[in-house]
Amino acid sequence: MSESQEEKQLSLGKRGRLPRYRGLYRNLITLPLLAALIPLGIMAVMNYRQDAAAYRAENQYMISRLLSNTKRSLQFAVEERRALLSLIARGSTRQELSSETRLMAILRDLRESFGDFVDLGLIGSDGLQTYYAGPYDLKGVDYSEQPWFHEVSLRRNYVSDVFMGYRHLPHFVVAVAREVGDSDFYILRATIDTELLMRQIYSAELNEDTDAFVVNSQGVLQTASAFYGSVLDTVGFPIPPHIRERETITEQEDLTGQALAVGFAYVEETPFILVAASRLQPVFQHWFYQRSYVIWFLMVSAAGILIVVTVRARHIIQRLKEADIQRARIFHNVEYTNKMATLGRLAAGVAHEINNPLAIINEKAGLLEDIALHTENFPNRDKTLGSVEVITKSVERCSRVTRRLLGFGKRMDAVKEQIDLVALINDVLEFQRTEASHRSIKIEVEADRDIPLIESDRGQLQQVCLNLVSNAYAAVPDGGWIGIEIRQLSPTEVAVSISDNGSGISEADQKNIFEPFFSTKGKAGTGLGLSITRDLVEQLGGLIEVSSEPGKGTTFTVNLPIQKVS
Amino acid sequence: MGDYRVLLVDDEEELVSTIVERLSYRGFESDYAINGQTALQKLREQQFDIVVIDLKLPGMSGNELINTISMAYPNLPILMVTGHGAGDSPAGAHPDGIFELMLKPLDISELVSKMREAIGAQERRHK
Repeated sequence: MSESQEEKQLSLGKRGRLPRYRGLYRNLITLPLLAALIPLGIMAVMNYRQDAAAYRAENQYMISRLLSNTKRSLQFAVEERRALLSLIARGSTRQELSSETRLMAILRDLRESFGDFVDLGLIGSDGLQTYYAGPYDLKGVDYSEQPWFHEVSLRRNYVSDVFMGYRHLPHFVVAVAREVGDSDFYILRATIDTELLMRQIYSAELNEDTDAFVVNSQGVLQTASAFYGSVLDTVGFPIPPHIRERETITEQEDLTGQALAVGFAYVEETPFILVAASRLQPVFQHWFYQRSYVIWFLMVSAAGILIVVTVRARHIIQRLKEADIQRARIFHNVEYTNKMATLGRLAAGVAHEINNPLAIINEKAGLLEDIALHTENFPNRDKTLGSVEVITKSVERCSRVTRRLLGFGKRMDAVKEQIDLVALINDVLEFQRTEASHRSIKIEVEADRDIPLIESDRGQLQQVCLNLVSNAYAAVPDGGWIGIEIRQLSPTEVAVSISDNGSGISEADQKNIFEPFFSTKGKAGTGLGLSITRDLVEQLGGLIEVSSEPGKGTTFTVNLPIQKVS
Repeated sequence: MGDYRVLLVDDEEELVSTIVERLSYRGFESDYAINGQTALQKLREQQFDIVVIDLKLPGMSGNELINTISMAYPNLPILMVTGHGAGDSPAGAHPDGIFELMLKPLDISELVSKMREAIGAQERRHK
């Protein structure tokens, strides 16, 4: 990267905040942060998954256990009722049962022993209920067209879905058929209160997040459900197929939209399907509560990493910036030194080449003068002498310039010498005299009488003055004014003030004006001039200050020790 | 006051011959040489009261010439002329009063007064 590109890049940003550093800063933060946080994140996700899986498994296990226990009780309760009916049918002849009194006595015994029997009826193979004991008037009802009648005729026993009875209480029916001879049979039919089913479910001791109920294969509730409504409501989710073969657990939503794990188990030899449901707390919430220490560890680690990475990045950027500034300064100094050395060589060459012809012109003019003076009746003597004087004066002017050029180039290497500040300022101004006259800039130099020689580095001092004078030239408009004052402040200190009547510097900019890369010239400046000037002044044991009033002008004052300290 | 004889040494003949001519108007009988060898030869052949030497000479340098002359003719005053700026000084040590450095372009009256001063000082020393 060439030097000028380098400087351009360094001066791109305004007020010291450079996009190049911002990008680097972002990278320095992002990459380590990703490297550190991604494994942490992966760990957290893995932990979450494991935990979620464990939570699900636990939930399923709970449901599964609930299902199998409750199913067994239900199956047993229903089976027991059917067995009782079967026993009664087998233990008595048809004649013995063909009596309302007898049926009533049996019903009473059943109620006393089991409590869930509502009524009892005897139905012939023609479907007519010939004898009935119970709270309703059902004697003589014809069941021959009912599907259950056909089923019990075929399969010899039957358990019905739950239905709403005459008193609006849910019941179901258990019926058994007893064969009489080869072709005849009769049916003993009992209505059973669904309390029986409810009791089995209650015995499972459900909590508020758990529900168990019975549905039929159409999804109609056979017992009341905490999550899905009351008896004979429809649950609204499909009953899984093949439920008769195996227990199934799925996820469903309840009426309020909450997620549930739902298990299904078929109660054998009945139309009932047992459903157990458990609310799934949102898994994340569960994990969050269960694993809060992990979360805290994560957050504290992330914060720690962030802090360390940020501080480190800032530190690196700061160091980088300092190194860049250092490098830019060195480049600038090298460039300046080269420039001055080249200028010195050029000046010396020019001076040598010009000096000899100048000397000849001078002597020839002098000879002409001598001849004019010493020749009697020399024609146009006065005019000749006038011309000679002009030639001589012009030669004198030229030789002043060449001497100054020689002096300027040659004095670069001196480190510590006695310097006439006023002469030095005049030398510096000489360089820009042409620009001053082209732009009609008025330059005033005012010095105290008897400014002592100061001990300093001529090259550095020249650079300081050249920088400040160049800045003044840049600041003033055509026809402007630049004033230079040289004052003795004390027996040990002198001050050089360089003032202009340019646009001035705002108070905010004044604070930053000596900072590296700060430039008010936009892309035209490197933003290093004043920073280097301040460094040089400090190296010389001096002090530089700025005072400015926007719209009126700026004054830079350099205080210099008469005796160099170091 | 008799005419002083001056030897001017400078490689720029046009310049040095003009100075010789101008000095003739001011009571100096002068000659010139455009290099060190010629100068030494002329010094051997003729009598001179002062030598004016440009430090920049082709071949033998001004400084060498000065050293040679001041050894061969210790009482001969020498004036040095240079086109360089201030700070340039001839190498080697020379007795005070004999040498004076002048910058080009020369001012003829300054040259004359410097020469008179140098010759006067030499004469006083001699006496």
